[in-house]
Amino acid sequence: MVGSGRRSIEHEDEQVKVDLKQIEEACKELYIRALKVLPPDIKQGFARLDKTETDATGRAILGTMIKNIMVAEATDNLLCQDTGIPIYNVTIGAGVELDGYQLKQAIIKGCERATREYPLRSSVVHPVTRKNEHTSCGRSVPVIHIDFVPDADTLTIEMIPKGSGSENNSFLKMAVPADGIDAIKTFVVDCVLDAGGKTCPPTIVGVGVGGTADLCVHLSKVAATRPLGSKCDDPEGAKLEIDLSKAVNQLGVGPQGLGGDSTSFAVHIETAATHITMNPVAVNMQCHSARRARATFTPQGLTYGF
Amino acid sequence: MAHYDFNMPVAEAQVRQLKVNDTVTLNGTLFGIRDATQIHMFDRGRKTRFDMNGHAVIHTAPNAKWVGETKSAPSGYEPICIGTTTSARMERFTRPLMSEYGVRIIIGKGGLSEGSAAAFSDIGGVYLAIVGGAAALETTWIEQIEEVDLDDLNPESLWKFRVKGFGPLLVSMDAHGGSLYTEVNQAARGRRAAALASLGVKT
Repeated sequence: MVGSGRRSIEHEDEQVKVDLKQIEEACKELYIRALKVLPPDIKQGFARLDKTETDATGRAILGTMIKNIMVAEATDNLLCQDTGIPIYNVTIGAGVELDGYQLKQAIIKGCERATREYPLRSSVVHPVTRKNEHTSCGRSVPVIHIDFVPDADTLTIEMIPKGSGSENNSFLKMAVPADGIDAIKTFVVDCVLDAGGKTCPPTIVGVGVGGTADLCVHLSKVAATRPLGSKCDDPEGAKLEIDLSKAVNQLGVGPQGLGGDSTSFAVHIETAATHITMNPVAVNMQCHSARRARATFTPQGLTYGF
Repeated sequence: MAHYDFNMPVAEAQVRQLKVNDTVTLNGTLFGIRDATQIHMFDRGRKTRFDMNGHAVIHTAPNAKWVGETKSAPSGYEPICIGTTTSARMERFTRPLMSEYGVRIIIGKGGLSEGSAAAFSDIGGVYLAIVGGAAALETTWIEQIEEVDLDDLNPESLWKFRVKGFGPLLVSMDAHGGSLYTEVNQAARGRRAAALASLGVKT
């Protein structure tokens, strides 16, 4: 965690105010940071798989991935050429006062500046014309999610550059109640088989269970981008995580789909209540370069972490 | 399992001798090619001025910085971060790349399917697996971006790289019908029933 020393949130009466210029700077910085340094939980995940992998090809590939993490840090370079689709997840504390529209503009500006000023490859195009504005931005992109939390004085921004190899392997099934939990388990196993090496395994398999169709897919992304070692806070989901993590690693897909024990770091589940007639399940995967970075703004200043 | 060092370009016999699980390291010229590049070349009638006969292409769209044309950056671009992408999306371009342009080697991640396997066997070609998401390391194997064509498609231009010690890369599809992806996929599907049984699912 590195403090900037500058006060980013000012107390004013009961409310605290956030400096929008500093948010823009942080959103620029977060994109570049996320692309360069993997979070400690992912590095630990690699160390764990490296110890247990028994396949020679699998071991060699994990070794290359681990070496790449070190080379990226030593040369101050991006881990992967795919700069992804930029996602910013914002949580706003109860006592933080800001203009929501201006906040979104600051995030977009920061994302655009990271792309132009570094420069990063802009991986974002118009879906019909395929025109690339070379800003990593476009209609509704960066993807911005905003949520509210009770921590009074804190604003956090999590940045996720979501790679397309893993994103292209996203699946939704509107199963029915009569299919039961077996439909969810079978779907996850089949998605891992269908994705094979295309998702850049070892992956984090994110699974959304319940909700509406769109919420279910969203939950699968939340699950795929959660830190390794974290648990679903629904005990039913947490139990499924343990069983499915074991099951998908029996398949032998292995690193890069070239065989081995290390198919996934973990299966993560997120759940939501659903309709009496519905049993939706969605899968979204995160590749081994499971990148994310976080900025935390408090009255004491801005700190960067994961 | 043999290792080969190739100075590009190569002859048909050199790629036909390769077998799945061999490794190859490339030196000299390597072309970078991507979805849009091939859509424009094969669906929209555009041509490249590059001679790709006997050469290797990598499925890529690099992070490169425009610095203007200099002696050390003759294309005007300096490499920042160059790696690979998922090959499967570009499956249908393997055969025309080989038959129309004489390409012998395709480099990427995740593998290609039956159509490409048939083209490798009919015309003489191989697929080499490079580790996806290891671009920081792979960038250190690239000496220079020598030239660029179809640059209106940037970053999906047709890139001509000069590489040194680019590898070792794993031969994962050969010219004899061998494919590690098919082998691994069939074995994994063979374990599906056991995995589901461990979850208490009846199949």
